[in-house]
Amino acid sequence: MPKETTKPVLQIGEPGPGVAKVDPILVADNVTRTFGGMTAVDVQHVEIPRGAITALIGPNGAGKTTFFNLLTGFDRPDSGAWVFDGQDLAGVPAYKVARKGMVRTFQLTKALGLLSVLENMRLGATKQSGEHFFGALFKSTWKKREADITDQAMELLARFKLDTKANDYAASLSGGQRKLLEMARALMTKPELVMLDEPMAGVNPALTQSLLGHILNLKTEGMTVLFVEHDMHMVRTIADWVIVMAEGNIVAEGYPDTVMNDPAVIDAYLGAHHDTDLGSLTGQLEVAQDIDPHLAHEIEEEIEEEAHHDGK
Amino acid sequence: MDFSFIWLAFGQIISPQTIAYALAALGLTVCFGFTGLVNFGQAGFMAVGGYGFAITTVKFGWPLWASVLAAIVGAIIFAFILGIPTLRLRADYLSIVTIAAAEIVRYTVKTPQFVPVTGGTDGINGSSSTFDAINPIPVGHYGVGVLMYNQDDLWIIIVGWVLTLLCALLVSRLMRSPWGRIVKGIREDEDAVRALGKNVYWYKMQALMIGGTLAAIAAIINIIPTSLQPDNYGTQTTFFLFTIMLLGGATTIMGPIVGSIIFWIVLSLSDGLLSLAVTYHWLPITSVQQGPIRFVIVGVALILIVVFRPQGILGKKSEAYFSA
Repeated sequence: MPKETTKPVLQIGEPGPGVAKVDPILVADNVTRTFGGMTAVDVQHVEIPRGAITALIGPNGAGKTTFFNLLTGFDRPDSGAWVFDGQDLAGVPAYKVARKGMVRTFQLTKALGLLSVLENMRLGATKQSGEHFFGALFKSTWKKREADITDQAMELLARFKLDTKANDYAASLSGGQRKLLEMARALMTKPELVMLDEPMAGVNPALTQSLLGHILNLKTEGMTVLFVEHDMHMVRTIADWVIVMAEGNIVAEGYPDTVMNDPAVIDAYLGAHHDTDLGSLTGQLEVAQDIDPHLAHEIEEEIEEEAHHDGK
Repeated sequence: MDFSFIWLAFGQIISPQTIAYALAALGLTVCFGFTGLVNFGQAGFMAVGGYGFAITTVKFGWPLWASVLAAIVGAIIFAFILGIPTLRLRADYLSIVTIAAAEIVRYTVKTPQFVPVTGGTDGINGSSSTFDAINPIPVGHYGVGVLMYNQDDLWIIIVGWVLTLLCALLVSRLMRSPWGRIVKGIREDEDAVRALGKNVYWYKMQALMIGGTLAAIAAIINIIPTSLQPDNYGTQTTFFLFTIMLLGGATTIMGPIVGSIIFWIVLSLSDGLLSLAVTYHWLPITSVQQGPIRFVIVGVALILIVVFRPQGILGKKSEAYFSA
C-alpha cells in the first residue's frame, strides 16, 4: 500500500458534520426520506471532496444505503436537493445519473449471470449507436465502436485478472470475482464519481488486498470514490475522509485517524470492541468481561486449560 | 382403417396456423425469453392485430398495406397502454395486467353493442379479399395426395413463411447487437443495467412493442385463410404460445418455429389417433371427451419439458430459463 507522507487538506475550517470542502464534487442539502413514520435519512448538509476516497460508515440501519439510493436516483427523497459537478440531480432518474458520470455498485452483487463476462463489460460502455433499435439492425454502423469497446473491456478485465474468464458466463464466477466484475463494469462508463456499496462484503482476505489496490487505483486515475463499508480495517487503510451516519443523520466527519479514534464514535457506532479478534480466546474474554462475569470466568478457565495443554 | 390423418398431420408443418403460432411465439420469445417480461397477453396482442386488419379491410375497405399498418399500429398502441403503468413495477404486475387486458379485448369485441363493427361472437369473415386480389399464383390445385392446396392457400403459405423467416432474421440481428445485449441484461437484473446508464423502461417498452407487432402479423396470417373468431384469442392461445416457446427453447430464434411445427403435428396426430381409438373402442372415452384429452396431453407435455428439458429442444442447457 503506498503510504502518503503529506495528506492534502480537504475541508475548510474545523472538521465536523457538514463541513465545507475545498473542492466538492457532490453537495447535498436537506435530503430526507421517510418510510412510514420512520425517518431513514435526514441529511442537512454534506459535501464529498473531489479526487479523494470518502468512506461512509455507521451501524446497520443508519441509512447509508438509502442515502446511496437517493443520490443515485434509485429512490426518491421526500425533500432535498443535491448538486453533482454543478448539475442539479434531484429527481433525475437513475440511468441519467449514471450518464452524468456518477456510477454505483450494489451491496448484493448484480452480475448478469447468463451474459458472458465480456458482454457484462461491454454493457457498461457508452456512446454505442447499436444500442438504438434501428442502429442495431445495421452492424456496419456499430462494428467499429464495438471493437473499441471490446479493447477497453479486455484491458480492464486484464487489470482485474478476469481476462481468462472473458467468455465464461458471469454466473460461473465466484462471489469475489463477481465483485471485481461489477467494479470493472462500472468503470466501463468512464465515471467521475464511483459509489461502492460495501465492496468488501463477502470477499475473502486474499481478494480484499487486490480490491483495496483497485480502489486506490481509481483515485490515482483521477476518479472520486465514495463507499459504504463495515470493514474498519479497510476504511482506515484507504479512506482519505470518513463520514459517520447514525439514525439517518450525519453525526461525525473528518480524517480517518481522528474520527475513528473519537471515543464517542467508536463506542456509539463501531462498538467498544470493534478491533477485538473474536476468533481468539483472549479476544472473547475481553468482550465477556464487559457483559457477563460468569462467561468471562468460563473463558478464563478455558485459556488456562489450553495453556496447560500447550505446556505438556 | 383410415390413416390419412397422418398425412394431414404432417400438413401442419407448413400450415398458416403453424406460421401464425410460430410468429406469435417468436414475439413472446422477444418479451419473455430475451427481455424477461412475463407477458401473458400475447393472445390479446393477436386479437388487436387481427381486428385491426379485419375491421379496416372488411368494414372500411382499406387497401392491404393500410390494413396491415392498422394492425401493427394497434398492437403498438396496446403495448403502450399496457406498458406505461406496469413496466416501472415488478414483473408480476405486467403478467396480471396483460392477462386481464387480453380478456378485456376479447369480451369487448364480443359485446352486442359493437356487433356492426366487430361482428360480435361470430367474428369477421372475408378479410382475405385484398390479400387474395394480389395473388400471382394461377388458379388451380397444387400438392400431393390428401395435401391439396388451391392458389389462395398456397399464396398465404408462401407469404407467411417468407415473413416468418424475415422476422426471425430481424430478431436474430437484434439479439446479436448491443440492443440485444441490453435487453438480455434487463432479463438478468434490471437495476444493474439501470445503474450503467441505460433507459431500462424504454427498452422494456420496445421489447413489448416488438412482441406485440409480431403477434399482430401472426394474427393476420391466421385469419386470412379462415376467419376472425374472438374465442380463438383467449388465454388458452397464450398458453399454447408459452408451450410452443418452451418446447423450442425460450432463448432461441428458431425455437418458436420448430416448437410450433412440433406442437401442431402432435396435436393433430393425437387427435387422429384418439378418434381412431374412440371409433374402435380401444379407449373407454366418448368422442366428446376426445377434444379435451388432447389438451391434457399438451399440459403434460409442458410439465415434462419444463422439468426435463428446461432449455427446450434448441436451447443450450446452460441458458435454461428455469435454471435453478
